[in-house]
Amino acid sequence: MKRLMKPVIDQFLKLIPHMRELNIRYSAVGRDWAELILPYDERLVAYPAEDGGPGIIASGAVFTLMDSVAGFAVQAARRVPSGLATVDLRLDYLRPARPGEPITGYAKVHKLTRSIAFVRGYAHDGDREDPIAMMAGCFMGTSGAKS
Amino acid sequence: MSFEDLATLLAESEEGPLTCLPYAQLLGLHYVIADATGVTVTMPFQKTLIGAPKPPRLHGGTVAGLMEIASIAQLVHELRQETTRPGIKPINVTVDYLRAGQPEATHARARIVRQGRRIAHINVEAWQSDPAQPIAGGRMNALLTR
Repeated sequence: MKRLMKPVIDQFLKLIPHMRELNIRYSAVGRDWAELILPYDERLVAYPAEDGGPGIIASGAVFTLMDSVAGFAVQAARRVPSGLATVDLRLDYLRPARPGEPITGYAKVHKLTRSIAFVRGYAHDGDREDPIAMMAGCFMGTSGAKS
Repeated sequence: MSFEDLATLLAESEEGPLTCLPYAQLLGLHYVIADATGVTVTMPFQKTLIGAPKPPRLHGGTVAGLMEIASIAQLVHELRQETTRPGIKPINVTVDYLRAGQPEATHARARIVRQGRRIAHINVEAWQSDPAQPIAGGRMNALLTR
């Protein structure tokens, strides 16, 4: 089922210009969680390597990945698709991502109320036991709200 | 992490595109330095920044990326007088989203609330047409390595 969903969700990601720009890919989704992948890309470097090798990805690009995957997790948990707004999002940058490696973002909804979803997650570059960033965020459904 | 290239750029010219960081180029960022307000970083609208197609809204991550770079640029700008410039490592970033990002130019400006020997605490705001109506606010803690 999840394997069948992959092309559908990858197609959906391509409809969102900034997700396409960063080439963010679908990895997996569950009842109240989601996982997306940000491939390494020279254009996302904010800390160029001194030896001319691959540089370190901007923390802002990791922020985009985590905002996206957290939104996906909330959509999965809510069952019914709807407009969604990020209320706030915090990232702790535990260590720089290893240059050249794709970054995986994972987010899980820990509490869903009628109006707010409370989400936690992390980003890693190959080993989920050694994350590069921790995430905490709140999301709000926007059905019927003006934005 | 060293932001020598950014420091050199900000010292050379009071305004221009942020060419020294590939990610800033991807977002299309440019900056202006004024005596009174410090560094203002602007992200002109382009279609690749959209995160929700109908109606078009900026991806929250682009606004966060803009604010993070505005924070680091302001910090680099204020550290310019120091003889040995410290390295800067972001510890954490918190962004509060206040309004939807419209498909138009976004500006961000940061204020260094406290700069100690080891930690800098930075407040940053992003706005579009009206500075009095920010679309996002943020806080950043950065480690200064000497």
